[in-house]
Amino acid sequence: MLSFIIRRLLIIIPMSLLVVTLTWGLIRLAPGNFYSGEKKLPPGVEATIRKKYGLDLPWYQQYGMMMSNIVRGDFGDSLKYQGQSVNEIIRRHLPFSATIGILGYLLALVIGLTAGIVAALKQNSAFDYGSMSLAMLGLSVPNFVLGPILVLVFGFWLYWFPPARWGGISALVLPVCTLAAIYAAYIARLTRAGMFEVMRSDYIRTARAKGLDEKTVLLRHAIRGGLIPVISFTGPALAALLAGTVVVEKVFAIPGLGNIFIQSVLNRDEPLTLGIVAFLSILIMIFNLIVDISYGFLDPRIRYE
Amino acid sequence: MAENVEIIKGASLWRDAWRRLLRNKLAVFGMIVLAIMIVSVIIGPAIIFWTTGYTYDLIPTDKALVKALPPSLQHLMGTDDAGRDILARVLQGGRISLMVGVISTTVSLIIGVSYGATAGYLGGRIDNLMMRIVDILYSIPYILIVIVLLSVFGGPSTPAWIQWLSATLGGAGNQGLSQIFLLFFALGMVSWLTMARVVRGQILSLKNQEFIMAAKATGVSTFGIIFRHLVPNTLGPVIVYATLTVPSVMLTEAFLSYLGLGVQAPFASWGSLASDGVKNIAIFPWQLLFPGLTMALTLFSLNFLGDGLRDALDPQTRKF
Repeated sequence: MLSFIIRRLLIIIPMSLLVVTLTWGLIRLAPGNFYSGEKKLPPGVEATIRKKYGLDLPWYQQYGMMMSNIVRGDFGDSLKYQGQSVNEIIRRHLPFSATIGILGYLLALVIGLTAGIVAALKQNSAFDYGSMSLAMLGLSVPNFVLGPILVLVFGFWLYWFPPARWGGISALVLPVCTLAAIYAAYIARLTRAGMFEVMRSDYIRTARAKGLDEKTVLLRHAIRGGLIPVISFTGPALAALLAGTVVVEKVFAIPGLGNIFIQSVLNRDEPLTLGIVAFLSILIMIFNLIVDISYGFLDPRIRYE
Repeated sequence: MAENVEIIKGASLWRDAWRRLLRNKLAVFGMIVLAIMIVSVIIGPAIIFWTTGYTYDLIPTDKALVKALPPSLQHLMGTDDAGRDILARVLQGGRISLMVGVISTTVSLIIGVSYGATAGYLGGRIDNLMMRIVDILYSIPYILIVIVLLSVFGGPSTPAWIQWLSATLGGAGNQGLSQIFLLFFALGMVSWLTMARVVRGQILSLKNQEFIMAAKATGVSTFGIIFRHLVPNTLGPVIVYATLTVPSVMLTEAFLSYLGLGVQAPFASWGSLASDGVKNIAIFPWQLLFPGLTMALTLFSLNFLGDGLRDALDPQTRKF
C-alpha cells in the first residue's frame, strides 16, 4: 500500500510537467501574442518586447528556460498584471475559489447522499419520484441561470441574503447553493443507483441472515458499498468544479481563481495560464490518488500492490 | 399438418429494448417533447415569417420599436433589447442548439469510439500509453483547448470543409455561421474522453470471446476486427452514453456563450439567449424565461430519454 502511494505520488511530477508542456504547445499554436492588440506595434517596440521576454530565441531554448524555472517551482511574473508573480496571484485568489468550491461540494454531498439513500430505500415512493425529478431539473438548468434566479428571489425580493458581496457567512449562502445544485443532483442519482445494486448483493443478504438489525445492515455494510460510485465521481467532479466556479464567481462578483484563469487564457498571459494549469493538474491527480486509496477502505476486496 | 404452424418471431435485442423503452412513461414523454421540438425548430421560423414577417435578426425600422417589449399577441415571447422577436430567435436558436448536440456528439462518438476500441483491442503497452494520454487530456481544462481551437482555426483559416458544411446545412455561406460550426467541432474534440473509456472497457470484455478468435482464424485484418466485429457489439452502451452526451455538450455551449466565447449575435442559441436574458432578469424577465424554459425542457427530455434507453438497452449497468 505504502509503495503504491509513493509510486503514484512520484508519477505526479512527470505527468504534470507533461500537462504543462501540452498546454504550452497549445498556447503557442494559437496565433497572436500577449502584446498584440487592436493597434499594431511599431517594429522597434515589438523587437524590444520580444527580446525582453526571450521570444527572439529559438522555441526549444524558450521551452528549456521555462521548464527549468518551473521545475524549481518558479512560474515567473504575469505578463498582464505587471510586477506580480504567478505564485502570488494564485495564493491571493485561490482562497475565494477554494472556499466556495469546498463548501459547495460538501453541501452537495450532504444533500445528494441523503436524498439518494432515502430514495433507494423507499423505491417508487413519492419521495423517490420527487427527489429524482428535482435532481433531473438540477442537471437541466445551467448554473448561470440558476444563480441570477436565486439572487432575484432571495436577494431582491425576500432580502434574505446579499446579492453579491464577499464577507460573512450570509454572503456565502447563494454562491455555495448555486455551485452545489448540479453536483447534488449527480450525487443523488449515483447514490440511489449504487445503493440499489448493493442492497441486492450477497453480502447484504449474509448480513441480514446472521441477524443484524436493519439499521446496522444499512449504516455499517450497505452505505460503504453504495458510496463507491460517488467516490469515483468525485475525481472528475473536482476538476469540473473549476468551470463551475467560473460562472459562480462571475454571477456573484467573487475574485476567485476561475475567472483569473479564463482571463489569463484570453489575455494570452502565458506564465499565469501555465501556473494555474500546473497547480490544477497536481491537485486533480492528488485527489484521484485519494479517491483510489479510499476505495480500499470502502471495499475490502479492492487491494493495491 | 403444417397448416397452422405459426411463425414465432424471436424477440431480438432491439425489439426487446424498444418494448421496454415504450413502457417507461418518462422516456416516452421525453421522446414526444423532443419530436415536437425538432419539428418546430425546422418549420417554425418559416411559419413565423409567413404569418408575422419576423425573423431572428429583424430589427424594426421604426426606432420606437427598438426596445424590449413584453409578451403580447404580436410577440408571443416578447422582444429583446434590439426589438427582435424572441419567439423567432428561440426557434432559430433551437436549430443551433440542437445542431450543437447532434454534430458535437457525432464528432465525439467518432473519435471516442475509434480511440477506445483501438486501445482496448491492441492492449498491453499501447493501451497503457493511449489511456495515460486520456488521463493527461482530462487534466487540461477543456476551455483552454476550445479557445485554442477556435483561435487557430477561426476567421480566414477556417478549414474549407467546415465552411462547406455550414453553407450546406445553414444556407448562406456566411462567416459568422462557419464560426458556429467550428465551435461544434471544437466541442466534439473535447468531449470524447469519457466515451473512449466506456468503449475501451466494453472491448476489453469482448475481445477474448470466441467470435473474435474465429475472425482472427479466418484472417480478418486488425482494422476489420475492430470496426466490423467489435465496435458493433458495443452499440448499446455507446448509444446510451451518446444520449447523455447531447445535453452535456448543449450545457457546455451555453456556458461558453455565457463567457462570450460561443455563439455571437445576430445568431443565437438557447444558451446565448439565456445568458443575454440573465443580464436583464430583474426588468425584462421574459427574455430569460422563454429561452431558459425551452432549453431546460429539452435537456430534461434528453436526460429522461437517455435514462430510459439505458434501462432498456442494458439493464445491468449502473445508473448515473
